[in-house]
Amino acid sequence: MSITVTLIIQGLAFLAVAWLVMRFGWPSIIGAIEERQKKIADGLAAADKGQKDLAEATSRADAIVREARERAKAIEDQASRRSIEALEAAKQAAQGEGARIVAAARDEASTETNRARDQLRKEFGTMVVAGASRLLEREVDAKTHAQLLDKLADEIARG
Amino acid sequence: MAAEGEAGGMTGYIKHHLQHLTVSVGEGPFMALNLDSIFFKVLLAVIFLFVFLRASRRATAGVPGKLQCAIEMLIEGIDGIVRETFPAKTRFIAPLALTIFALVFLMNFMDMIPVDLLPASAHAAGIPYLRVVPTADLSTTFGMAICVFILIQYYAIKHKGVGKFVGEMFTAPFHAHGAVGTILLAPANLLLRIIEELVRPLSLSLRLFGNMYAGELIFILIACMTLGGSFASGLTWAMAPMQFLAGFIWTAFHILVITLQAFIFMMLTVVYLSMAVQEH
Repeated sequence: MSITVTLIIQGLAFLAVAWLVMRFGWPSIIGAIEERQKKIADGLAAADKGQKDLAEATSRADAIVREARERAKAIEDQASRRSIEALEAAKQAAQGEGARIVAAARDEASTETNRARDQLRKEFGTMVVAGASRLLEREVDAKTHAQLLDKLADEIARG
Repeated sequence: MAAEGEAGGMTGYIKHHLQHLTVSVGEGPFMALNLDSIFFKVLLAVIFLFVFLRASRRATAGVPGKLQCAIEMLIEGIDGIVRETFPAKTRFIAPLALTIFALVFLMNFMDMIPVDLLPASAHAAGIPYLRVVPTADLSTTFGMAICVFILIQYYAIKHKGVGKFVGEMFTAPFHAHGAVGTILLAPANLLLRIIEELVRPLSLSLRLFGNMYAGELIFILIACMTLGGSFASGLTWAMAPMQFLAGFIWTAFHILVITLQAFIFMMLTVVYLSMAVQEH
């Protein structure tokens, strides 16, 4: 357990190993570590960016969807309003038409009634004249007594 | 455990275990090479370099393998420590710290191998002495500590310049205001500086050596429990479980010690180097 010249060899061997480690081993491993650290940092940054992009895209998509929904709702509202209007117009047209038909029918009926009444009066007048002539036993000359007959018919018609 | 076949029983066994395999390269006890320490240190260094350099050559910035993960963990930890502690930019300190930690840990780890396994095998192969823990050899720890000492001086000069480096020797830690005071305090400052600088390699090397030497010695003593015992002896049967228990506990505890000592050697080196480049 005494110090001998061995120490020189041991010291030189030690320094040689340290030099070899510094020259050939250390840089590549530190380089690999640093490169990996950089990669990881880049990856994390990219992930962050991706997440931000995703959030942005999602909000943009949301906005588009919302807008589309609003537009669809507006179109739907407009359509329903239009259909109600059309329905209303059709109803009104139908009602008008109905009223017109009813009025026309009523007119026709009243015309028919008047015509029938006139004819009835006329026939009645004729019958009265015929009756009267028969009573008088004498032919009433329609031509000569036209004025009288007309007057009579008028009276009947009025009465 | 079987005895080494040396005469002298327990004392002989212990002495034999604490004997380095040496070859003399000159006159006197200093000029001897501890071949076992050198061999195991170089072997462990080669294993470490093989694994580490192979892993670093295959290092990828993509998904790392398990070995790369482990090495990256170690490297990031050491790199963090150096960045926190060492004030200047440097390319060498962190690899140096990694080398210290890995080499010291691996050399300490030789203590985990059963204490008689390699020496007995070597003995069978005709090698008379073998100590397998290079850090239990003062030459190894002192060799590394001297390298650290030289690096401390190198970095101090590099970062402060020769003028400031020499100036600080005489003006720190005691600062004087006048010229007379400075001159009066200069010898005290120089003395303190010399002591401070010499204490560092001594404390570094002796701490590691002491821990590992004591650890090895305790493994040897545990091995002595059944030394020379035979299966016919009742004492052997009584001592064997004790030896197992003691060996187990000391090995488990020693795992902490070897890691801690490797870390301390590394950490103190970084701290000393940091102090060297900081101005007083």
